[in-house]
Amino acid sequence: MINILYFARIKENLGIGKETVALPANAHDVGALTAWLRERGASWQSELATGKALRVAVNQAMVGMDASIKDGDEIAYFPPVTGG
Amino acid sequence: MSVRVQTADFDISAEMAALRKGNAKIGAIASFVGLVRDLNDGDAVSTMTLEHYPGMTEKALEEIVTQAQSRWDIYDALVVHRVGKLLPLDQIVLVVVTSAHRGEAFAACEFLMDYLKTQAPFWKKEETPKGARWVDARESDDAAAARWKA
Repeated sequence: MINILYFARIKENLGIGKETVALPANAHDVGALTAWLRERGASWQSELATGKALRVAVNQAMVGMDASIKDGDEIAYFPPVTGG
Repeated sequence: MSVRVQTADFDISAEMAALRKGNAKIGAIASFVGLVRDLNDGDAVSTMTLEHYPGMTEKALEEIVTQAQSRWDIYDALVVHRVGKLLPLDQIVLVVVTSAHRGEAFAACEFLMDYLKTQAPFWKKEETPKGARWVDARESDDAAAARWKA
């Protein structure tokens, strides 16, 4: 299983903050997992769109779409940060 | 080094006093305080709500402070960032750096803020007469962080 977290505008627009799912077959990296999530529907496609300003963290460290993922990981999707 | 994420306000004098306490080698303290403004992108702002990623936020801030400590000869650094609902005039963030001389403290303090702005998982949502909106990241913040990479 993997934990997926969503924050800020993405959480609001998808209506979900956290979920636990079985690691999809062949989803060995963030890009593949993101593509799998996009298949859930229009809002997923637009919130997690390719080219859109989207940040991803695996186990609480920011990574790129090519970062590998494995069972037990925590993956988070969020917009560019705006603290400070 | 110390980083804190909290809903409560902070007292700058008390934080500075605690950071320098008993260390007579400190010759300089640089600090930065970020505040909630009542105007952004031409619209009045009535409230600002800060969301964050518990766990990762603290890790990201600690990583940024570690980087500052390896780049500059500083004694200590403190980062306090508030989350939750804030109002115009409220304090949002505090960075304090101590060092022997001012140059290192100034530089490390600015670096900490520039990196915090682009690396720490906080998001601002503001309430305006046009409704609530998420604050967009600014390219100028990316540029400010990038200049430290040289």
